[in-house]
Order: sequence, then structure tokens, then C-alpha cells
Amino acid sequence: MIAALICVVSIMAFAHFFVSYTRTILVSTGGIELSPRVRELVGIADGPISAADFGRLLQLVHLCSETRDDRADIRAVGAYYNALRFADASLRPIVPRISAWLENERQRCSHFAAVALDRRIAHNLSIYGRQIAEGL
Amino acid sequence: MPGLLDYVIGVVSFLLEISAVVFALYSKPRFRYALPAFYMLCTAVVQVGVWVCLEKYGVSSQEYFYVYYYTESLQMLAMFLVIIQLYEWIFLEMSMGRYIRMAASILLGVTGIFSFLVINHNRGQLSLKSIQFVVEFDQNIYFVGVVLTYLLWGAMLKLRETRTRLVQLVLALGIYFSTLAGIYALRNLFPAMEDPVLRWFPPFVAIWLPLAWSYTFARIPEEARQEPKQLLTPALAGKAS
Repeated sequence: MIAALICVVSIMAFAHFFVSYTRTILVSTGGIELSPRVRELVGIADGPISAADFGRLLQLVHLCSETRDDRADIRAVGAYYNALRFADASLRPIVPRISAWLENERQRCSHFAAVALDRRIAHNLSIYGRQIAEGL
Repeated sequence: MPGLLDYVIGVVSFLLEISAVVFALYSKPRFRYALPAFYMLCTAVVQVGVWVCLEKYGVSSQEYFYVYYYTESLQMLAMFLVIIQLYEWIFLEMSMGRYIRMAASILLGVTGIFSFLVINHNRGQLSLKSIQFVVEFDQNIYFVGVVLTYLLWGAMLKLRETRTRLVQLVLALGIYFSTLAGIYALRNLFPAMEDPVLRWFPPFVAIWLPLAWSYTFARIPEEARQEPKQLLTPALAGKAS
């Protein structure tokens, strides 16, 4: 009985801690505006990025060479996005109200991936520019 | 006897613990995070000691069990010291240091005496046969950690703590404790799942804490700040409003 109680409480506490921890990473990119270059690449003229774009953005991120050590952040956010998708699929029939919040969170993940893509493209362009200059 | 995967996990977690020590001591301001670094160093030393004992006496020996569970209890006491320091940092401006130290001393004393008495009482039974006792003991110890960390997190939200480093250190600790408490509770509830599945989780979780702390010390500057409201889940946001 006590073990079952500890198990349930621990799972609930884990969910709280995990969501908050991932948010500390997402918050760092929350206020950053996307460049027209990335908007054009993703195919959105104006407004926020869609939650469903995350997978495509992540593929594009992996195509670019790495900038700083952002791999850990991208992995953590990827795990968070998958957890949200799983939660959405399993909780939507039971608690329909939570669906909007989950969608909002996934949208944040997509925004994070778009910012990471933007940074990597900028980094690649600067390397390319430097190589051109050195070649001349 | 441990397999290749056990050794790989052991080496990875040891290297991460050492890296957490280095990052904690070298991140600015220097030596502010000496206690978390000391805890990580203890963990690394204990890990080496346990492996030496395992190689020398074998996994089913009394010696191995004594070393493992006594050092685990001591490690938890060191971890409680880290939590107390985190409490002190959070409540620094409220001049509550004296009360926190008093409560912490009582908690440490009770946990130490309880751990010693429980292990001493089961002196003759510490073997593979008494795994149920050991699992229950770990489950309770880690659950105390969950409760302490959750209370700390609640206090941080209430006091609108903005220091990103502190927030990440506490949340990483919360993930660590809640995962371990949950896994040990599951092992207690379903002993049949021990060998095929649940045995593998604690070593993997042991990698998490040094990894997360290394990341925080290496990547998050001391002056980084964030709005605590942005970290609330819907349930907590409802209570806060």
C-alpha cells in the first residue's frame, strides 16, 4: 500500500519536475524572433510556428553542422516533445481540456527548434563567408 | 557478476561525476558550489570503492552488501547536506538560516540513526535473499529526498526565485529523486520484474544527475535569470493564481 502510494506520488512529482526542467531550456529561446530566412524555409509568412513542424525542423537542424554545444538542449527538447505527443494521444480522450496546453507546449518546442536552426544556418554562413574571404 | 553494460555505465557515470566536480569548482564565482562538488566527489569515490569490493568479494558476499548499503546511506546524508545548502540559498534574504540549520540537523540525525539501526538490525540478513528489505529501504530514503526537493521547489515558486542555475540544480535533483523513488517502489510492488527490467534503471538514472549538473555549471552563467511563472505546469499555475 505504502509502495503504491510512493510510486504514484513519485510519478506525479517526476512529471512536474520534468516539465519545469525542460521549460527552463525552452524559456531561453521563447522571446527570440525568427529570421525571414527561417520563416521562408519553413513556409510561414507571419504568425507563430506550428507544433506539427517540429519533426521537419529537427531534420533540418541535423542537416546543418553544429554551432556551439547545443546538442544536449536539442535532445532534451526532443524527448520533451515526444513525451507531450504521447501524453496528448493517451490523455485527450480522458481530459480534453489538457489538449490545448499540450499543443501550446509542442508549439514552444517547434519555436525552439526553429531558433536552433536559425543559429546553425547563421553559423554555417559565417564559416562559408570566412572561407570565401580566405580564398580571395 | 556484472556484465559489460554494467561496466560501461559505471565508467560513464564516474567520468560525468568527475566532470561535474571540475565544472562546479571552476565555474564563477569560484568555490560557491563546493558542497555539490564535494557530494559528486564522494559519489565517485564511493563508486570506485564499491567496484573494488565487488571485484574482491563478489556480488553475493556480506562484505559487498555492507559496503554498498553503508556507503549509500552516507551518500544520502551528504546529499541532504546539499539540499540544506540549497534551502539556505533560497531563504537567505529571509534570515531563516538558524531555523533551517536546526531543522536540518534534526533531520540528518534522525536519518543517520534510522539508517544505522535498520542496517544493524538486519545484520544477519543482508544478502541477496533479503533484497526486498533493501529495496524498501532505498525506496523510503529516496522518497524523503522527493519530499524535501518538492518542498524546496514549492518555496522557490512562492518566493519567485529567478536564478536559473539554482532552478536547474533543484529540478535536476527532483527528477533524480522522483525517478529513483518510483523505480524502487515499482521493484517493491513487482519483485518479478526486478531482473529483466527494473534492475537497469537505477544505474542509468545515476548518470542523469552528474550530467544535468555538469550542463548547468558549464553552460548556465551565474547571472542568468528567468521568470518563475513561465515554469509552472497548468496544475500549479491554477493554484498560484
